[in-house]
Amino acid sequence: MFLINCPFCGEREQSEFKAGGEAHIVRPKQPTELSDDEWAEYLFMRKNIKGIQFERWNHVHGCRKWFNMVRDTSNDQIKAVYKMGEKPPIK
Amino acid sequence: MKNKYSIFSLIKNAFSYHENWEKAWKDPEPKKEYDAVIVGGGGHGLATAYYLAKKHNMKNIAVVEKGWIGGGNTGRNTTIIRSNYLWDASAGLYDHALKIWEGLSQELNYNVMFSQRGVMNLAHNLQDVRDLKRRTHANRLNGIDAVYLNTEEVKKFCPIINTSQDIRYPVLGGTLQRRAGTARHDAVAWGYARGADEMGVDIIQNCEVKGIKRNGDTVEGIETTKGFIKTKKIGVVAAGHSSVIANMAGLKLPLESKPLQALVSEPVKPIIDTVVMSNAVHAYVSQSDKGELVIGAGTDDYVSYSQKGSHDIVEGTLNAILELYPIFSRMRMLRQWGGIVDICPDASPIISKTSIKGLYFNCGWGTGGFKATPGSGDLFAHTIANDEPHKLNAAFNINRFVSGDLVDEHGAAAVAH
Repeated sequence: MFLINCPFCGEREQSEFKAGGEAHIVRPKQPTELSDDEWAEYLFMRKNIKGIQFERWNHVHGCRKWFNMVRDTSNDQIKAVYKMGEKPPIK
Repeated sequence: MKNKYSIFSLIKNAFSYHENWEKAWKDPEPKKEYDAVIVGGGGHGLATAYYLAKKHNMKNIAVVEKGWIGGGNTGRNTTIIRSNYLWDASAGLYDHALKIWEGLSQELNYNVMFSQRGVMNLAHNLQDVRDLKRRTHANRLNGIDAVYLNTEEVKKFCPIINTSQDIRYPVLGGTLQRRAGTARHDAVAWGYARGADEMGVDIIQNCEVKGIKRNGDTVEGIETTKGFIKTKKIGVVAAGHSSVIANMAGLKLPLESKPLQALVSEPVKPIIDTVVMSNAVHAYVSQSDKGELVIGAGTDDYVSYSQKGSHDIVEGTLNAILELYPIFSRMRMLRQWGGIVDICPDASPIISKTSIKGLYFNCGWGTGGFKATPGSGDLFAHTIANDEPHKLNAAFNINRFVSGDLVDEHGAAAVAH
């Protein structure tokens, strides 16, 4: 259990949110040109990092907006929250 | 040769106040080189080493474990064993394991306390009823025992269930696999460790893997906190940390690691003599031999390695438990914990070779790996020794995410993932 600072609503309990998985996975520009390996990479393969991870979250029981988050998955500490389309504030 | 555990060894050791029992396994330092190294000393890893030594005559092998053996998910699961999976590939895999469970205590000369007390899965809506009936038929076609029970039969089999039709999710029926049940999780790890140690396997604890050394597309060994170990074959059975090891080798896996929680109550007299699971409301419960209710909750939906999990998950599970079993309303919970489970997109495991020669992965067991321990070890050992999968784990290769030939047990298995 941890608190998340929604960029639109402010600090709320994590149970109000839905995790959307790894962020910044770019949708293929030419889907018809993709090989099976590239599809697998896009659809299924994940970094699943232990440590600093960039991820998407949705405030599903609040404003219902998507946003990005940087979180240390080894201890659930949130490092930064930023809006969709923005550059990550930390590397 | 180890002394056999028996009534006679028990009596003999009683005379020396049980102070002279032989150590069940040694505590060796790693050698410079092994024919194969298993990464991860949980039930699956130890079973893999045991079957490599026993069935494939590979004696110069080691199991490296970052903590102590059986201290990860082997010691954190809810010990349920069943094989009533929908798809043929899964049914073959899990029933192979169940058949080994049935003779495991005798084979290992170690009481794993396997108890075939039955597992009942409940249906709470019409779609559940259809799905469970379909699964029952599929199970029987695969030679797996399964019966469908109506509400009265559910009540008869487990009288403390609230079968009132007025509750939020009324019990409309259920399935029962009588050969299913539970086992003592620690004993499984210890039994396999003792068996493997006897055949010469080195079980090296407090030895964390820090890197995988490759020469092009071939593995050369592993860097550990106890130094470099040279080997041509590495079998990774690291559960929630599989992706961490894969990243060391420059591989990506289709896994997400999430907390899965469980809890036990204070011990009480025998009240529930079977295992009851409910897919729709996600609550399952059994009773340990000590008398504690063992309750399994769900996974959190975010990636985490923190072994904690959120309170609302536990709350949701206990809400469901209380509605199904009003008799538990004043029970107090003793302990709650989380384990990190590695979940595949199709909720089926991976027991497979990889694109790197000599590197094998056994992962993706998600929320249901304990039941498969003996079968998983047996098939993974076969895959490592022959560099080819056994026919029972051929479908569980890593390439299924490229070919699209998934084993989609999400929601089709007897419990929610």
